[in-house]
Amino acid sequence: MNFDLSEENEAFRAVVADFARSEIAPHAERWDAEHIFPTDVVLAMGELGLFGLPFPEEYGGSGAGLTTLCVAIEELAKVDASMAITLEAGVSLGASPIAHFGTEEQKQRWLPDLCAGKALGGFGLTEPDAGSDAGGTRTRADLDETTGEWVLNGEKAFITNSGTDITSLVTFTARTGPGEISAIIVPSGTPGLEVQSPYRKMGWHASDTHGLTLTDCRVPEENLLGERGRGFAQFLSILDEGRVAIAALALGTIETCLAESVRYANERRSFGRPIGSYQGVAFQCADMAVMADNARLLTYRAAWLRDQGRPFKQEAAKAKLYTSEAAVSATRTATQIFGGYGFMDETPVSRMYRDSKILEIGEGTSEIQRLIIGRGLGLPLE
Amino acid sequence: MKVAVCVKQIPDPALPGELDPTDNTLKRDGKLILDESDSYGVELALQLVEAAGGGSVTLVSMAPNNEVSGLRTALAMGADDAVLISDDALSGTDALGTAKVLAAAIGRVEPDLVLAGVESSDGYTGTVPEQIAAVMGLPSVGFAKKIEIGDDGLHIERQTELGYDDVVCPMPAVVSVTAGVVEPRYPSFKGIMAAKKKPVDQVTIADLGISADQVGWAGARQEIVSVTEAEAREAGEVIEDDGEGYQRIVAFLEELKVI
Repeated sequence: MNFDLSEENEAFRAVVADFARSEIAPHAERWDAEHIFPTDVVLAMGELGLFGLPFPEEYGGSGAGLTTLCVAIEELAKVDASMAITLEAGVSLGASPIAHFGTEEQKQRWLPDLCAGKALGGFGLTEPDAGSDAGGTRTRADLDETTGEWVLNGEKAFITNSGTDITSLVTFTARTGPGEISAIIVPSGTPGLEVQSPYRKMGWHASDTHGLTLTDCRVPEENLLGERGRGFAQFLSILDEGRVAIAALALGTIETCLAESVRYANERRSFGRPIGSYQGVAFQCADMAVMADNARLLTYRAAWLRDQGRPFKQEAAKAKLYTSEAAVSATRTATQIFGGYGFMDETPVSRMYRDSKILEIGEGTSEIQRLIIGRGLGLPLE
Repeated sequence: MKVAVCVKQIPDPALPGELDPTDNTLKRDGKLILDESDSYGVELALQLVEAAGGGSVTLVSMAPNNEVSGLRTALAMGADDAVLISDDALSGTDALGTAKVLAAAIGRVEPDLVLAGVESSDGYTGTVPEQIAAVMGLPSVGFAKKIEIGDDGLHIERQTELGYDDVVCPMPAVVSVTAGVVEPRYPSFKGIMAAKKKPVDQVTIADLGISADQVGWAGARQEIVSVTEAEAREAGEVIEDDGEGYQRIVAFLEELKVI
């Protein structure tokens, strides 16, 4: 039994931590306040090789495992959830579907820039009326046999990385026939693809999120990604990796809440003593420390199983469920420990409080994770 | 274009350092990391080799316990290989002794250029690069902020108090690089994985033809007699601002000749 990460992963952690501290942390508050997506920093993350971590070297990736991706996301999340989700979505939702299901031609066309972080991809699954119930997709793609083109019509909601200056594509799930959902790649700038104004969000202000409208949007027939009629099933099969990556994001959040709370509890005095000398505060820190360990163990167990080529669906669901709920709890507690300052925007835990709620919602809600775990227990859940 | 870069592996400055009470030197038995002040030399070497269209960057380091952690960082940045001198006899070696050992190791590499940081972040003697040059009989330029390779040798901008000097210098030469003049690249994960497989030539002083009495405490011309804690800084002068406080600040700065 060994709980240590490899020496290389720890060396890489030090590099990403250094990058996060120097290039992201000093600006995170301003990006949050001004809703800035910092393209230059995302490009720098690309130069560091972050967006290509789990992909084959022949397409410009690093051939690393999910564990290494989790290390990178965890370190980014310690200082800024927005940049962590930009990486997570860029890899799990943007590039991963193409790496897994793309033809050789599609991989060669799209992956090198996605791996280098010179381009970002989005995944258009959720719709205004279809979230967890992704099978309820209404967007249609009809094949125009005369021109050999798919004609897409519909609307997608909450699509990460879909409207940046460097977004190169969005993969859409759409109905291609009765009871048939397929995935189709739509390059940015295709006529008929309209990127709506950015959302006003509770958190993740520096992450790029848009609604997308498709109006007679035409792309060549060969932009079908993977098998026709398997668009939804394919996506479900790669969602597990993304869930572990989200767990790593939650883990980084909890770790910073713990570190910041302990620091403040030692500094801040009330009634003549540091507030950390009161059980009310110290016990909250102790609970947070246990959350951090739980989150770490669940996250890296799931990543390790995946890297060993073993089944990890249940472990991914458990990691995502626990860490995201623990992150919401830890950020709330940390905000409380900071008192009035915790309610001020310039206090990092305040931003983390706003940023954490979405972790219980995106890439499979807590309810969906419980459904997966419940079914895994052999319960006759509908 | 073959560049040798002297790199020091030092105790992590983020952790509290500790002195060995027997000889008053910094304890170095834990994990060591690449001295940040040497990362500029590594970056500059990589840029020079890239600009020259090819060549190699060899790291040269002297460290206890066959320590390679810091070397792996520089190899992950892109250096090609390393020579590590590690020998129990080296404990207590002073700056000149260090320069002799490094010079002997550099001699085996036969580089066109030797780069080093101006000074280490743990010892701060700031003399080793010049001593290496003297031992090897090579020209020495200190405080470089920019280096270009010209037809007539190295073109170096040498940082001075008031600006910089343009220096032209034949090759090979030993050049110390001012901290902060380039942005050291972050090692990528691919670089870290590749660094594992890059050759590190581990040598002893015997391999370099150096006898034990020339180095270590035996060869050192210094002895650390005692160590005293730095005096705490005194509190500054507090001036109540009666609306004219700015005049006092201006007068103070003028006195310091900074404005």
